[in-house]
Parts: sequence; C-alpha cells; structure tokens
Amino acid sequence: MEALALRDPSAAPVAGRFGRHGGRFVPEPLIAACEEVEAAFTEAWADAGFRSDLAWLLSRYAGRPTPLTPALRLSAELGVTVLLKREDLTHTGSHKINNVLGQALLARRMGKRRLIAETGAGMHGVATATAGALLGLPVTVFMGERDIERQAHNVFRMRLLGAQVVPVRSGSRTLKDATSEAMRHWVSATEDAYYCVGSVIGPHPYPWLVRELQAVIGQEARHQCAEQLSAGTPDQVVACVGGGSNAAGTFAGFVETPARLVGVEAAGGAGAALGEVGVLHGFQSLFLQDEQGQIREAHSVAAGLDYPGVGPEHAHLRDLGRAEYVTATDQEALAAAVRLARAEGIVPAIESAHALAWVVRAAGTTDLPTGSSVLVTLSGRGDKDIATLMAYLGDEEAR
Amino acid sequence: MTTLETRLRRDRGRKLLMPYLTGGVTPDWTDHLRAIADAGADAIEVGIPFSDPTLDGVTIQEASDAALARGASTDGVLADLSRNRIEVPVVVSTYANLALRRGADRFCRALAEAGVQGLIVPDLPLEEAGATSAAARAANVDLALLASPATPPLRLREIAERSRGFVYAVSLMGTTGERRQLAASAAALARRLRGVTDRPVFLGFGISTPAQAAVAARDADGVIVGAALMRRLLDGADPASTAGFVRSLRRALDGVPARTSADAGG
Repeated sequence: MEALALRDPSAAPVAGRFGRHGGRFVPEPLIAACEEVEAAFTEAWADAGFRSDLAWLLSRYAGRPTPLTPALRLSAELGVTVLLKREDLTHTGSHKINNVLGQALLARRMGKRRLIAETGAGMHGVATATAGALLGLPVTVFMGERDIERQAHNVFRMRLLGAQVVPVRSGSRTLKDATSEAMRHWVSATEDAYYCVGSVIGPHPYPWLVRELQAVIGQEARHQCAEQLSAGTPDQVVACVGGGSNAAGTFAGFVETPARLVGVEAAGGAGAALGEVGVLHGFQSLFLQDEQGQIREAHSVAAGLDYPGVGPEHAHLRDLGRAEYVTATDQEALAAAVRLARAEGIVPAIESAHALAWVVRAAGTTDLPTGSSVLVTLSGRGDKDIATLMAYLGDEEAR
Repeated sequence: MTTLETRLRRDRGRKLLMPYLTGGVTPDWTDHLRAIADAGADAIEVGIPFSDPTLDGVTIQEASDAALARGASTDGVLADLSRNRIEVPVVVSTYANLALRRGADRFCRALAEAGVQGLIVPDLPLEEAGATSAAARAANVDLALLASPATPPLRLREIAERSRGFVYAVSLMGTTGERRQLAASAAALARRLRGVTDRPVFLGFGISTPAQAAVAARDADGVIVGAALMRRLLDGADPASTAGFVRSLRRALDGVPARTSADAGG
C-alpha cells in the first residue's frame, strides 16, 4: 500500500495518508467540513462535466497548455539541455491558477457563497481573487503582515480584483501564520465559505486534491518532452518546493518514468531537506522545529517558500527515496533569476529561481552530468519581485 | 475508575468548574494555579503553549506567545506542575505536535509523573487519536475528546464512548475567546451529549461571565472557562483577583440545581 500513490497517481490516498504522512489532524469542528470537501471533490473529479468545465477554463481563460521552452543559450553555457515548463505564462502569472480554478468550480458546485485563502508571496491570493471575480464569489485572503510589506504589488492586485486582504499579525507574520489564521476563520464559517488551500498541505483531502489539480503541469510536460527530446523523457525533473504544489504537479507526470525527481527548497525554509516528523495545519509531515516541538520560523527572500514544512506527499517521496530534496540560498536564487533574464529574456519568480539555482550549481557535476537533460518548472514570473531584484542588482553593481 | 472519573462525577451534587490557565504565562503562574484550585475549581486545565495554536483566539494566542517568550516548554511546565501539586486534578491541554514530538508514550508517562490526570489535544480527532489514546491509558491519564455542534449523531456517540474522564463539548463553531452571549448551539450540543454518555459533559469556548456559566450549566455537567480568566491575568490580575473571578463562577454555578444520576440521561 505504501507505493499506491506511485502506481495510480489519480487515486485518493488511503484515509488521507501518503505512507506515514498526511492525515486529518484538525479539531472536531472542522471534521465535517473536510469530509464535505472530500466527498464533493471525489464526485466532481469522476464527473466528465466537471472535468470539461475545468478544461475549458484552463484553455480559454488561463492560457493552457503552457509551452515547454528549450533554454538554448543557458543550455549551451551549462553544458546540459535545459527545458523550461512555462507556468509563468499562465493568466495571473503562476501555476496557482490551475489549482484555484478547480477549487472555485468545486466551491460553486458545493453551493458555497464565498472563498477564503491564505497567501505568502501573494500569487495564490491573486489567483483566488481572480477566480472569485470570474465566478462571482467574494474572496477573503489572509496574509502575513511581513509579506504584505514585501509584496505590496500583489496586495494591490488582490484589492483591485475585489478581494478583501486581512493582515495577520501573529507569530512570524508570514505564510505559516496566514495559514493558521485562515483555519481559524474557516472554523467559524464552514457553512457558507469554501477554504481554497493554496498548496499540497492541510488536512485530507487537500494535499491530494491540490496535487490532482496541479498534475496538469506534469502531464503536459511529459507529452511535450516526448515531442522535444529524443530520449522521450528528461534525465532529471526539477521544481522549487515551499508547500510543494508546483513540484507535486510536475512530479505527478514523471513519477512513473526513470527521471530523477529533485525538489529545491529555500535554505531557510527547508522542511523536506532539514525537517523532522511533526504535525501542523492538519497534516503530518516534515517540519522545522525545536527539540520540544515548537515550530521554527522559516526565512527566505522568496515569500512563497517561507514555510517551515512541506506537503505530506513530498515527505513520503523522500521516505521512499523516489524524490530528493536539496536547498538553494537567497543569493544563489537571486543570481539565477538575473542569469535567466539575461540569457533567455525570461524573468522568473524568485521562488522558481531556486530550482534554476540548483541546476546552475549542479550542472557539470555528478549530480547533473554534462550532456544530460533537465526539465525545470518555472512556477511563476518575476514581476512581483522587481523591487527585490532592484535592491539585489543595486547591491551587486555597487561592488 | 481513574482518579479523574472519581473526582469529576456527574452525581457530585454540584455543577463542575474547570478553569483554564496557560502554563508558564507569568513568573507566578503556579501561584495562580494554587489560588484557583482553592477558589472552588473541580479541576484545572493547564495549557502547554504551542507556537501555532490554530484553535485559539487572540487572548490565548497572546498568552501562549507570552509564555513562549518567557521560555516556557513542555519540560518546564511539567516540572512546575510536579513541584506544585494541588488538591484538584490537573488536565493538560496542548497541540498534537508537542504530544507526539517525543512519542505519545513518553509524553503521557511524563504527564503522569508530574501528577497530571487528564489530557486534551484538540487537533487529534477520533481518527488520529488511537496511538495517543492507548499511550494515555497505559500511563493512567484520561484522554478527553472534543465534540462540536457539527458532529453528526453516530460520530457523537463514538466520541462519547472513546472519551475518558469527561467529554469536552465545544459550544460553538469558532475559536476560543470571550463572547458577548453564550452560543445558541451550546445547549443543544450538551443535551445531545448527555443523551449518549454517563461521563460528565463540559461546555467550553466562549463562556465568559458567571451568568453565562450558569446558563451553560443548565444543560451541561460543567463548564470550562479560559479566555475570560486569561484576559484578566494578561491585564495584570494578581492571584487573589483571578481566584476572585473563579469564586464568582463557583457561586453562579452553585445557584444552578444539580441533577442527580437518576435523570442523568436527560
């Protein structure tokens, strides 16, 4: 049963488990709400009508399929074939739209009247605000005060789209605390509100549900690799990991191939690489914590990776040895973002730049030998990070 | 019968009172503990503070943050409890990560060694409570489960059966914290629970005043009062003042006729 998720990636995990991880560690008042979402999604996902409504929105509204772009100049510089899965080209500028369109359709099908969401970098908040506007559902987004300061551009985008942004002042004032606050609000609003979780985290069914909605990334990429690569599949598949939704969606398309799967975390938020088994936000997985069990604060220049844990499926893939989890520092990620901008004319989100940073570091070593091929998911575009990149280049150029 | 079951009996002849106190919240928190115990509490719920208390409202979040900032920890709170044994039973409440961090067995043994008789872990629902429930039983600690207004009938029965010591009835759909009025859902849940169990039913969440406690106790066997007490403590109340508040709750509860075991099913 351990390998069920590998044999049939579309099957719901047994009792919400990915091996020893996952589960539904929520207070009793939220159990009925989780069961309601699970039943509704199980039914909707088996319904051709729901699938076709979602497919219609993904193509006519969100711009799917996204291209697989060979990064020709970067490939020549690094000596490896780099293919970029361009989630940055979707409507709203990141892979988050894949997930929210599915969940917003689900919320409407369930008869819910509004959406709530947590956000870190603001991309999931913007995507949820967008889906809410599109489907006529009011949106409330919980966002850490610290993230509100560093992602002012996205805060305005959410408000422009008609969403209410609620600042969260507790704890580290980042994604972890925004998630806690969204859960607190959800307890009091389960009747009319749908909690649109932004990553492959949270109580069952969310890690499975979000993985299923993001699997479109990996499925498209697998077909595109078959067309573009003589070997048919890339040697390695790399994606950045905060909670891990773009990586989970990407890996879903390659878990049954021989490709090596690599998740790249922020050095200051490496739940999968450096965490220990724990329970937070409704699921068991790997979390940064002290010896007493207090959760540590994550620290990353990329707000979207500023999470002390990782989705339970990633913890399971690590247990199985099927995927590896490595880290990139703030500096490496910023340098990789600038490098891609200048080599390919593509400005990636700093989150996505972590995946590139690992490729840059590993290329030509035994980790990523010269001549091999690597698929990198560019989960989002860097427009939101312009101020951070300006500060970084200012520092660099002053040296 | 465990100690908690002996002490928290439905037929004790009075409505039961369980004040809540965040462990380590102030340097003199054990003085509050003793003062509250002497002011008419039937048991005291002691919270071990967690970094991410997702079921707590602003007051208990603030208390947890204050305790953690002072360096409070599982080991520290249990050491304080061990040194300050009180006459009434202590029920520890905390979040799953702290209970599971070093293994449920070790955690429950440590509770027992510190003289703790009961345990509440709000993010361990029925499906996830198995291992901790067994570990608690082995350590002679009662793991009390939560029921909520959204819990359907069959599940409510199972919760009541598997809960030990008492059943924690979450009075409303929301987080802990003071409310202007007792939730309408409170009475209905307490009555449903009393219909399926002989264990005492405690209503908690949002019970803020002696008057609300008295109303809640018409349908429940007892009440848990947390945020209202912690608000006073965070505002600087000394042990005599927190004890005064607990005495006012005691007096209000004593004005409510206690049912006998004969009509316990009602």
